[in-house]
Amino acid sequence: MGPFLETLIGGLMTGMLYSLVALGFVLIFKASGVFNFAQGAMVLFAALAMARFSEWLPTITGLNEKALVNIVAFLLAMAVMVAVAWLIERLVLGKLVNQEGVTLLMATLGITYFMDGFGQTIFGSDIYKIDVGMPKEPMFLFENIFQGGLLVNQEDLAAAAIAAALVAVLSAFFQYTSTGRALRAVADDHQAAQSIGIPLQRIWVIVWSVAGFVALVAGMIWGSKLGVQFSLSQVALKALPVVILGGLTSVPGAIVGGLIIGVGEKLSEVYIGPFFGGGIEIWFAYVLALLFLLVRPQGLYGEKIIDRV
Amino acid sequence: MLYRENGQFKTSYRADQQIFPIAQDRWVILALLAFAFLAVPVLASEYLFRAILIPFLILSLAALGLNILVGYCGQISLGTGGFMAVGAYAAYNLVVRIDGMPVVVAILLGGVFAMGVGVMFGIPSLRIKGLYLAVATLAAQFFCDWAFLRIKWLTNDSSSGSVSVSDLSLLGWRIETPVDKYLFCLGFLVLFGLIAKNLVRSHIGREWMAIRDMDVAAAVIGIRPVYAKLTAFAVSSFIVGVAGALWAFVYLGSWEPAAFNVNRSFDLLFMVIIGGLGSIMGSFFGAAFIVVLPIVLDNAPYWFGIPIDTALASHLTFMIFGALIVFFLIVEPHGLARLWSIAKEKLRLWPFPH
Amino acid sequence: MAKREIGDVILDVNNISLRFGGVKALTDISFNVKEHEIRAIIGPNGAGKSSMLNCINGVYTPQEGSITFRGQTFDHMNSRQVAEMGIARTFQNLALFKGMNVIDNLMSGRNLKMKTNIFQQAIRWGAAEREEAEHREYVERIIDFLEIQAWRKTPVGRLPYGLQKRVDLGRALAMEPQVLLLDEPMAGMNVEEKQDMCRFVLDVNDEFGTTIVLIEHDMGVVMDISDRVVVLDYGKKIGDGTPEEVRTNEDVISAYLGTSH
Repeated sequence: MGPFLETLIGGLMTGMLYSLVALGFVLIFKASGVFNFAQGAMVLFAALAMARFSEWLPTITGLNEKALVNIVAFLLAMAVMVAVAWLIERLVLGKLVNQEGVTLLMATLGITYFMDGFGQTIFGSDIYKIDVGMPKEPMFLFENIFQGGLLVNQEDLAAAAIAAALVAVLSAFFQYTSTGRALRAVADDHQAAQSIGIPLQRIWVIVWSVAGFVALVAGMIWGSKLGVQFSLSQVALKALPVVILGGLTSVPGAIVGGLIIGVGEKLSEVYIGPFFGGGIEIWFAYVLALLFLLVRPQGLYGEKIIDRV
Repeated sequence: MLYRENGQFKTSYRADQQIFPIAQDRWVILALLAFAFLAVPVLASEYLFRAILIPFLILSLAALGLNILVGYCGQISLGTGGFMAVGAYAAYNLVVRIDGMPVVVAILLGGVFAMGVGVMFGIPSLRIKGLYLAVATLAAQFFCDWAFLRIKWLTNDSSSGSVSVSDLSLLGWRIETPVDKYLFCLGFLVLFGLIAKNLVRSHIGREWMAIRDMDVAAAVIGIRPVYAKLTAFAVSSFIVGVAGALWAFVYLGSWEPAAFNVNRSFDLLFMVIIGGLGSIMGSFFGAAFIVVLPIVLDNAPYWFGIPIDTALASHLTFMIFGALIVFFLIVEPHGLARLWSIAKEKLRLWPFPH
Repeated sequence: MAKREIGDVILDVNNISLRFGGVKALTDISFNVKEHEIRAIIGPNGAGKSSMLNCINGVYTPQEGSITFRGQTFDHMNSRQVAEMGIARTFQNLALFKGMNVIDNLMSGRNLKMKTNIFQQAIRWGAAEREEAEHREYVERIIDFLEIQAWRKTPVGRLPYGLQKRVDLGRALAMEPQVLLLDEPMAGMNVEEKQDMCRFVLDVNDEFGTTIVLIEHDMGVVMDISDRVVVLDYGKKIGDGTPEEVRTNEDVISAYLGTSH
């Protein structure tokens, strides 16, 4: 029972991290109808920015206190992400407003390649550290119920907490603020939103900035755990099944989807994997999403698509 | 004044329905084919064959296959690399396990296996569309990645999935030199190009396009979406599988599953989009673009006399690649094929401005 | 102008009810259509007219009721079957294949009649080439009939609205239908275009004996060319009979036609 629970908890933690990345997807899709393949590249870019800034700051400004350096680095990285959001809106989205989904998807793919290359050109392509003071030692829980206790990674726990907080804030933002309402209006119908005076361009920049913020937080957490390296952008590909499962337009869907995928992956690897020669993690999430789609094409919480003739 | 249809009146529907109804076009294509078959083998250098011509031919074939699915039938697919892998490994198994299996037969049968897998992963398209379908096809990609790495039987018990073939021959003709390989691939490309063009201008092609444009209306005029979509997946993955087998056998010689990974799928999708969705010509343009671009980007610094270190060069390549894709999508979303037909329109008027 | 004799009932709509969630689109609709006649369906916007056609075509599945065509009764219609039985239609909002030109759109209507298999088409030389030319000839006759020769190779997306409507009609005609369902074929047209479209509809009915079921808002057209009329309002049938009968029906007047002041 113990190992099973450990795997389960490990899966939940990983799932939470997937959810973080998936959140970025959902935000942008909800508000602009664009499926942002570049989300993973944004996570990497943001993480690289923060990692390098936190390295360079002490040498340039003489600041040495870790907490301060980290905060400033975070803010600088955030500023960079807002700039990125603005540029993407200006140079790409604004020009492709009336194109079909496939074109926009391809454009974000192009942005992915560009950001991967650009990020590594400016910030370098080694593995970098992010050290935000996350607790690194593992913890043993429930020592009285299970012999030896359940091994839980404290860092993962902290990450999950941060992710949960972020989701709560974002959900509240969408539901209760006027900007949030405007975002939902834009997602529903661009033209109608424009006609009641909602500034489309500004909304898109806001959304992509928020997505950038989410990417930064995700990058920070993943980077702190794994080190900031190129493979981080591959994480985005993992987030796709999460988004599909949860429904492209649902914030809670991204969370639930992430948890299901995270747990499913870990459990299947441990319990089913050995029969298949191992390594089934690379496709499990996708096949799960696929099977799900056959039964319920709009995902768990997504909106049903009705074709009118 | 050169490119005019004056005096070319069609007196039968057959004449109007030809692939190249304008006489000048026919001459140009014949000249091009003659050049490709007769002149290039003599003129081109070995480097040109290896680095550009052979990859161009094989990837054009794959792009052709993908264009049928994405461009003509409107079903997005990100699993093309996986189907190429199926074609390659299936052909490999046939050659290794059956004595005396002719290479061409193995390659074609590889295509048949790819077709089977393609139809299977195409079944979701009957219920899901667009983005969701794209993710479903990624499942095919990753599943294939895993299968050829971990299922020992598929790779003749090779530990890392890497295999190799040698001694290609066709009815006694040994395919060894770059020229041999070039002509072998050119033959495949011309044959399949013709077949593809025939299909897209027949009623199956119209069924595909009808499904792409408006599937509800298509159903009302009696088109069966199931048949149309699955045949699109079938034909597309057959061609892609053959291309995969060619890529493995002729271009690579020895390969491992990573040769057909998701980046290959993205590359092919870029080829089809930049070349022009729903255009046979477009597949060739797109393939040429994607094959030549990295070479130009790699070598450009040297031409300008500015040496850059290889890591930086590869990052810059990524950047320029990405930027060019976005640029293209903004400027001409219908791809190079559209630019080409606009150029032809202008040529028809030349030397008059309008 | 010699008109075909109107025959027996060939299409029977029996107690059809259609709901979308809580919205009742159609409630207990019954009417019949006789062979060779021109039957109009009229009613205010949202009355359920297009939904009715969609039920006949198999686009929507009614919760209750059935449809009888030439003696065979169906609970719900399957689009392909309907097409095979010889029922074709046009759409209110045009459902043309924007990626193809006029000829290809019309030829797509011939798909049920094209029998060559995929291998024959791949080779093209021989059977497929002959079949293609044969059907092209048929389609050219439709092009002549509808007077759209000049736009044969034009992508349909580039045609003006009136011409697109003609292509929509042409594609339905290409199916050689016994029954033609026309969903507001004259919507958005000016007077000349309407006259042309009327002429086409009447000619089709005359020359080929095609039974026509026509949704139309222009009362002048309806009264002039139809043999019988069904009136729908809020998904219910409120009138059924000849144009004269319907015009003097009190319910129809208060719901739809209005009185002169």
